Amino acid sequence: MAASLRCFLRSGKNTVSALQRRDFHRSAPAAVQMTVRDALNQAMDEELERDERVFLLGEEVAQYDGAYKVSRGLWKKYGDKRIIDTPISEMGFTGIAVGAAMAGLRPICEFMTFNFSMQAIDQIINSAAKTYYMSAGLQSVPIVFRGPNGASAGVAAQHSQCFAAWYGHCPGLKVVSPWNSEDAKGLLKSAIRDENPVVVLENELLYGVPFEMSEEAQSKDFTIPIGKAKIERQGNSITLVAHSRYVGHCLDAAAVLAKEGIECEVINLRTIRPMDVETIETSVMKTNHLVTVEGGWPQFGIGAEICARIMEGPAFNYLDSPVTRVTGVDIPMPYAKILEDHSLPQVKDIIFSVKKTLNI
Amino acid sequence: MSARTFTDFTTQATFEIKKCDLFKLDEGPATQVVLTRDEGLQYYRTIQIMRRMELKADQLYKQKMIRGFCHLYDGQEACAVGLEASINLSDHLITAYRAHGYTYTRGGTVKEIMAELTGRRGGIAKGKGGSMHMYCKNFYGGNGIIGAQGQIFETYNMAALWKLPVIFVCENNRYGMGTSVERAAASTDYYKRGEFIPGLRVDGMDVLCVREATRFAADHCRSGKVCLKFLFTYRYHGHSMSDPGLSYRTREEIREVRSKSDPISMLKDHMLSQNMASVEELKGIDVEVRKEIEDAAQFATTDPEPPLEELCNHIFYNEPPFEVRGTNPWTKLKSIS
Repeated sequence: MAASLRCFLRSGKNTVSALQRRDFHRSAPAAVQMTVRDALNQAMDEELERDERVFLLGEEVAQYDGAYKVSRGLWKKYGDKRIIDTPISEMGFTGIAVGAAMAGLRPICEFMTFNFSMQAIDQIINSAAKTYYMSAGLQSVPIVFRGPNGASAGVAAQHSQCFAAWYGHCPGLKVVSPWNSEDAKGLLKSAIRDENPVVVLENELLYGVPFEMSEEAQSKDFTIPIGKAKIERQGNSITLVAHSRYVGHCLDAAAVLAKEGIECEVINLRTIRPMDVETIETSVMKTNHLVTVEGGWPQFGIGAEICARIMEGPAFNYLDSPVTRVTGVDIPMPYAKILEDHSLPQVKDIIFSVKKTLNI
Repeated sequence: MSARTFTDFTTQATFEIKKCDLFKLDEGPATQVVLTRDEGLQYYRTIQIMRRMELKADQLYKQKMIRGFCHLYDGQEACAVGLEASINLSDHLITAYRAHGYTYTRGGTVKEIMAELTGRRGGIAKGKGGSMHMYCKNFYGGNGIIGAQGQIFETYNMAALWKLPVIFVCENNRYGMGTSVERAAASTDYYKRGEFIPGLRVDGMDVLCVREATRFAADHCRSGKVCLKFLFTYRYHGHSMSDPGLSYRTREEIREVRSKSDPISMLKDHMLSQNMASVEELKGIDVEVRKEIEDAAQFATTDPEPPLEELCNHIFYNEPPFEVRGTNPWTKLKSIS
């Protein structure tokens, strides 16, 4: 029966319409909507399954399903040995995680927010980042530090700091900052597979936001290379560079500016260190103007580094005006809503800065 | 109907309280304590204010008038009230993020506390701190940190080494966010963890126990020694307003604590059983407290938000005004000390 059916099918698609209805129908590649949270969850699930050396530890990651539910369902699936609840002792459990990585495992060390990583920063920098160098190549540290970074909503001064600049400063660390779900999944998987310490700066406000996941991104082997930025929107008038949540803000600003004939090229950095300066340079050599956007403080920040690198490279001669940095206000994060709203870049600040840079 | 006059009430009574477990101490706090009518009424009022204030905060949070993190203290009131009863306002106190109760006992008003929670200019930190960052004279907040970290042991060491007059208080409410203490601590006998620092395990649900233990600890410290105190207590709410508090403990457990060990019920029983107050009198206090909380909530929801001119102030102390960068190079803001 099956053989005759195959004969029929091989005879081509121009056969009886009734047969076409029974034909194997290849559907178009189906994109799905997936939240950043689910994308991170999927990334960890796939990597835990793929490599038994991978494990997750942190506060509330197991039985509570994750403080922000990013690790939901993982403890039920993988058990106590792979998903580990720690006491509230960052310096302690980070040290344990680094040691585990040195001994051959592949830990994912979760910080409930990166503000708490300050308690453990000596382990991240001195034990993880520098060891391969100090040992002249003898001892590698394949570890991932992940968690939400930057401002949330109303969590005030001690819980709103952006650590992109702090970690981006250190040789020996790789630092990634995903924006959408594809970024989140692809970068986290790359981070877990990377042989070096990688800091993954997520964003709590993006966890619940759904984004389109291409069919390619749904695959179990989908990774995004660390160190490569992505052009989210093409344009000729001006280049906007951002990471994490502010990529979305830039795209919103670009949509408004397009109505006035200003076409922004929006670059999603994806990786803070090593930074893909080449993509920024190529873009600036086309548009002649650059605005950087970040949530962190201005002094010694991501924008400051981009300015310096542009100035040191070939793109400098193509600038028609100085680079503009749009950043968080240089103050600790206030609690009151009106003050908090004015402490961070809004879409209107980006639009204002673009026009000022273009002298419009 | 004859009204009961104050002369009908007992002016003071003696109570037997739970004995404390001792560590590196030959004797502990008294187990026979005297409570006067005035003290009782004052503790009752204070605990009710704290209880009602936290419940009102719960309500305001659900109405989205309070944002961010909000860690409520209801259930643990006896700790703050008992503690403050045996120290002076000139002593210094610092705590973690579950701080609304202490802000009150240290001298903050309900109005100021609630307006801080709603982020208004009348808040105790002018709306800039929020729930976790409230301060008073000799009260250093309100902090995002916790004491399960190694720093606490470093502190024990230095306090003992230099004989600093410190009382370390651990309010053990059985859960570190969603993790029970049994799952997080190799030893839950926290009062013994100071090793070379004496310790007391105290029933933190009974304001008299806490008061007595604090009196003992304060005397101990003022005579030049360091002391560790560990209070066994309970929180009715989850860890914060984002935590329903039911995935890691049962409703039965919460109900049982409420029925057997609630600090308000216990104090009420003490007062009524010894004829130190009447049911009507306590009800009268409840009514006053309710009104005070309502007025404070009214203020907290109508007071305006801080003015934008405040945005960059209070970066440095005692400095001449300086310029602060806004979100872009053309926005220059001003900071005043």
